[in-house]
Amino acid sequence: MAEFSLPANSVVKQGKTHKAAEGVKNIRRFIVYRYDPDSGENPHTDTYEVDMDTCGPMVLDALLKIKDQMDSSLSLRRSCREGICGSCSMNIDGANTLACTKAISDIKGDVKIYPLPHQPVVKDLVSDLTNFYAQYASVEPWMKTDTAAPPDCERLQSKEDRELLDGLYECILCACCSTSCPSYWWNSDRYLGPAALLNAYRWIVDSRDEAAGERLDDLEDPFKLYRCHTIMNCAKVCPKGLNPARAIAETKKLLVQRKM
Amino acid sequence: MSDLRTPLARVKGLGSAKDGTSHFWHQRLTALALIPLVMWFGFALASLPTDYITLTSYIRQPIITVGLILVIIMVFYHAQLGLQVVLEDYVSSHAKRTVAIILSSFLCLICALTGIVAVLKISFGA
Repeated sequence: MAEFSLPANSVVKQGKTHKAAEGVKNIRRFIVYRYDPDSGENPHTDTYEVDMDTCGPMVLDALLKIKDQMDSSLSLRRSCREGICGSCSMNIDGANTLACTKAISDIKGDVKIYPLPHQPVVKDLVSDLTNFYAQYASVEPWMKTDTAAPPDCERLQSKEDRELLDGLYECILCACCSTSCPSYWWNSDRYLGPAALLNAYRWIVDSRDEAAGERLDDLEDPFKLYRCHTIMNCAKVCPKGLNPARAIAETKKLLVQRKM
Repeated sequence: MSDLRTPLARVKGLGSAKDGTSHFWHQRLTALALIPLVMWFGFALASLPTDYITLTSYIRQPIITVGLILVIIMVFYHAQLGLQVVLEDYVSSHAKRTVAIILSSFLCLICALTGIVAVLKISFGA
């Protein structure tokens, strides 16, 4: 059956509190999930009291301040700090998002930070996205054509056809959508998830691609595609404001359309 | 035994079943058909005559017989499709899932057939 509760060795325990220095007035409490596979112990949450007068506005700023000044053992992924690399995706205040574009001031009360849900945890906030990346690779996200490219110019695309890719090409593969999807939690071994399906649709509707039929053939499967029940968590959490649920619905429409 | 296949090989698995679209489409079609059918059935139930003779002669009208059979077919076909989705979602063991889907489908079939036979028996005046 689907897992509705955590296995005994994954139950999250209470960790320690890192107090702010004496005299610090503007304090925000950050409760951060910690897990070290080498320790053999259960995961726990540590609490960090961060001085907001010397901290940047985003959650990533606070995490980096914690790592630099309070606890260097904290592990997290980050790179661009401007919402384009998709590295710092994590569960903040109950929803998946990018730490670099999530303002601390938008969160009420303590800031609770966990890794992306229902993925294996490598350490602390770093989750193992091997399966997620393999699913992306499985939709063959590159242009496939039988016709050779024109010898003297690029493959042309009308302005209208190019506009069909808006809302699709912007995906940064942060995995916020897929790991927020209950269908993906229960069946990620076979369901491709919103991110991979959005990218599959991005190539299906690309007017220059000549493999739409084969792409639809590969997706037409009770598990790969049809596990999507339009729960819409994907669209709700996408930090880029994309709507994978719509892309999936459009894919289903194309599959019905080609049968009629 | 450790699994030494590559992540891509695991994701690709046995490939696409090239199936699922009919299931998806029929689930939507039956849902759509059930909107007017269930409304009609509700009103019919509320305004049913209470004595046996008028009730059976009401059901014997061809349009009512057909309506009742349609309700039964659509309800149990839709139920079978829906139950299959729930079982596929939540039962992760392949063997258990297959058995559960077969059993639930047969249950829906038996319920539908029983209902249809009952309506026809009344309609043909057995």
